[in-house]
Amino acid sequence: MAHEHGPGEEHEAGPRHELSHWAKRAYAMRALLIEKGVVTEEDIRQQAELTESRTPANGARLVALAWTEPEFKARLVADPKKVCAEMGIDATTLNEFVILENTDRVRHMVVCTLCSCYPRPILGRPPDWYKSFNYRKRAVNDPRGVMREFGLELPDEVEVRVHDSTADMRYLVIPARPAGTEDLSVEELEKLVTRDSMIGVMDALPAVPE
Amino acid sequence: MRSTHDMGGDPEAGPIDRSQHQLDDWEILADALNQVAGVKGIKRTDETRRAREEMDSKAYLSLSYYERWIASLETILVEKGFMTREEIDRKVAELEEKWGEP
Repeated sequence: MAHEHGPGEEHEAGPRHELSHWAKRAYAMRALLIEKGVVTEEDIRQQAELTESRTPANGARLVALAWTEPEFKARLVADPKKVCAEMGIDATTLNEFVILENTDRVRHMVVCTLCSCYPRPILGRPPDWYKSFNYRKRAVNDPRGVMREFGLELPDEVEVRVHDSTADMRYLVIPARPAGTEDLSVEELEKLVTRDSMIGVMDALPAVPE
Repeated sequence: MRSTHDMGGDPEAGPIDRSQHQLDDWEILADALNQVAGVKGIKRTDETRRAREEMDSKAYLSLSYYERWIASLETILVEKGFMTREEIDRKVAELEEKWGEP
């Protein structure tokens, strides 16, 4: 069982010699931090649970509401962390949090060229491709080529703005609302808002015809 | 000369691998330890970033993502006096003993 033991629990069962050098050191650091009273097993378990609970569904709620309520969108853009708090999304670990809205003429794409900074409270852990060297290299000088790989062909006249995240600055893209979704509820709209559309490499999903 | 981590715009780049791997337990632990260390005020994101960014080029390129996280967290914990590298070495040996021979 891959997840028989949580990250906050002692791994009694062996053999675990197949672990890499650094994986073993993670378990050793964990044990030492607990022995020295710096953190508790419960702290680690709770943090792992919190991380698991953060998914792109948080961002999708924000986007679907922004699509349907202009007043909500205005407040979200003006003070994203405050609006997150109202929605029960704890974004206090983000220093600066910026909302970027795609339009017919301007598109936004988010990267962290130096590592993997990402709006985790809103979107969960970043996907592997976001952390990959090729995305980090190409996002800034070939954003259209990157989008093409994701299946999105942009007209030349659309401007692309690439935002490079930092330890102190995280971004969320509001993708354009798909055509033909005027009659959908907020819950139905949420299902169209994909993680990749909130990073800016894709559009939101099209409305499914009845 | 640019550091290895400063790779934005590097022309030596290929297609983006969009496959997603299932996190191992040790990767979930590496993630949780980093987050806990942040929440407890042991380190800030820019500190672990610095530790990651000053890794030598070969290590940076050869270690996996969460291996880089563990290495940088170790650097910070040692720098700040929470533990020594020798303590970690001894703890690894102790855990290996406990886990048993492969």
